[in-house]
Amino acid sequence: MTFSPALEQRFAKLLKSYPPGRQRSAVVPMLLYAQDEIGSVTQELVEEVARRCGVTPLQVDEVIGYYSMLHRKPLGKYHVQVCTNIACQAVGGEELYAHAGRALSLGNKQVTPDGLISLEEVECMGACSWAPAIQINYDFHHFVTPERFDRLIEALRDGTYARKAS
Amino acid sequence: MRYNEPSPLETRIISQRFDLPNAGSIDTYIANDGYQAIRKAIEMPPEAIIDELKASSLRGRGGAGFPTGMKWSFVPRNSGKPSYIICNSDESEPATCKDRLLMENDPHQLFEGMMIAGWTVKANKGYIFVRGEYRYLIEILERALAEAYERGYLGKNMFGSGWDFDLYTHTGAGAYECGEETALLESLEGKRGVPRLKPPFPAVAGAFQSPTILNNCETFSSVPWIIRNGGPAYAELGTPRNGGTHLVCISGHVNKPGVYELPMGFNMLQLINDVAGGVRNGKKLKAVIPGGSSAPVLKADECNIPYDFDSLAKAKSMAGSGGLVILDEDTDMVAVALRTIKFYAHESCGWCIPCREGTTWLKKILTRFHEGGGRPDDIDLIAELANNMLGRTFCALGDAAAMPTAGFIAKFRNEFEAYLKKSQPAQLAELVVV
Repeated sequence: MTFSPALEQRFAKLLKSYPPGRQRSAVVPMLLYAQDEIGSVTQELVEEVARRCGVTPLQVDEVIGYYSMLHRKPLGKYHVQVCTNIACQAVGGEELYAHAGRALSLGNKQVTPDGLISLEEVECMGACSWAPAIQINYDFHHFVTPERFDRLIEALRDGTYARKAS
Repeated sequence: MRYNEPSPLETRIISQRFDLPNAGSIDTYIANDGYQAIRKAIEMPPEAIIDELKASSLRGRGGAGFPTGMKWSFVPRNSGKPSYIICNSDESEPATCKDRLLMENDPHQLFEGMMIAGWTVKANKGYIFVRGEYRYLIEILERALAEAYERGYLGKNMFGSGWDFDLYTHTGAGAYECGEETALLESLEGKRGVPRLKPPFPAVAGAFQSPTILNNCETFSSVPWIIRNGGPAYAELGTPRNGGTHLVCISGHVNKPGVYELPMGFNMLQLINDVAGGVRNGKKLKAVIPGGSSAPVLKADECNIPYDFDSLAKAKSMAGSGGLVILDEDTDMVAVALRTIKFYAHESCGWCIPCREGTTWLKKILTRFHEGGGRPDDIDLIAELANNMLGRTFCALGDAAAMPTAGFIAKFRNEFEAYLKKSQPAQLAELVVV
């Protein structure tokens, strides 16, 4: 299995960053970075990561169920994550999540039939003072109202969504 | 960038460079006192650095508030094993969003703090463990690391001392538990993030079973100022045993939520009313969750106290990670209690039974209660269950779930009782004994 040159470079650097004989440390970062590129953690990826880190596929398998960001099935091209934890809850996070479900006709962790958008109710993402917050893939969006949410979804659908740095 | 306006009441030490043009770049850092502290530290014996930290009364900003100087002093310096410096940037405690700003706006300050730790115990490697959701910060940190290497601030023979130091980023992948220090170390080794039995503590057997300094991102970021200006100068900014300034994350029902840098011991009501603009929509203050969601709730009339570790402990809560959720008079405390326990049930790693089962059952009972099916003995059952979890787990997650739950019941029992009045409990089927 090969990845993009940028990712291969990242992996090479990653494997060198841990002490000799400690390459197992690269398992979780490698899985997450690879998942970002290929969309999900496939069996092929499990075996590839195991080979590169010098561990058994089982040792890779056992961490996947533990980390909530690793998933075996592809999510939408745009994964919309709505926080409902206490800071967001106080200012409308739960209502925003309910609105998101209605607007997208999606339940938790479901994907639209065209594979464009998936929705997830998530735990605190570290945007508490600028709540309610959502993440679209890795982009943070702060102070999100239902109206602003609708505009973001519209932009995802018509292809005008511009990736923001933060 | 910053996501809220600064307040004139702030004392800006670790956030002093946040608003400068080109914040986060090595040039801005160097032009504003940057990398002076490591030069000074390299001329100091390790004991002197630790003494400076002890004099500063700097306490861990991740939640536990353990004195940093003491933590560093526990690391053996002649174990024959390599030592490691680990930065906990897993920031996942609900209501906390400060480490994000430190990494985004001043990554070199964090590196310098880690370098000083590295020099103190002669470690050659350090890792910054960043939660998976903060991917954009990995890119920012990697760019900043490349700058530091290019300018010779990291790598071989640091400042001609003959000592080598390398820093790396390491990403998590979504697990609150990995903010617990030993679970973080397991995760760093490529395993499931379950906590280790302590002792041995990470100072003796931490990363890769070797001596390790493991601190929160804000703690490391505070070190360069202390070394430049001296421990006593830092201590003076705060209250006795609670030195310096800290980043306070205010969220919830206030007019100006935001992250502000304030001296330790700043009055909590002033913090809410003057710094954060008071409760929004002219409502009255009902309660404050004062130090992340693990901190037991305080009622409005308990909030006229200094905001520091010791004062909050005296009020039977905690300053924790510095995240305050301000709740107004209309807040449904049962709903907040339920949302809190849902979080811990989701995040319990399942390693210890009292936590795994306790959080799950608390969630079930509170869900039933919140949906209007509560039974009269549920209130005491919730409190009893929570109290039975305390102190019976490897790590503090079980306590972190139990303490706030017990707190909501103790402080707002009347609201739980009001729920009962409109509750229609399902009839229990009669036990059939065969």
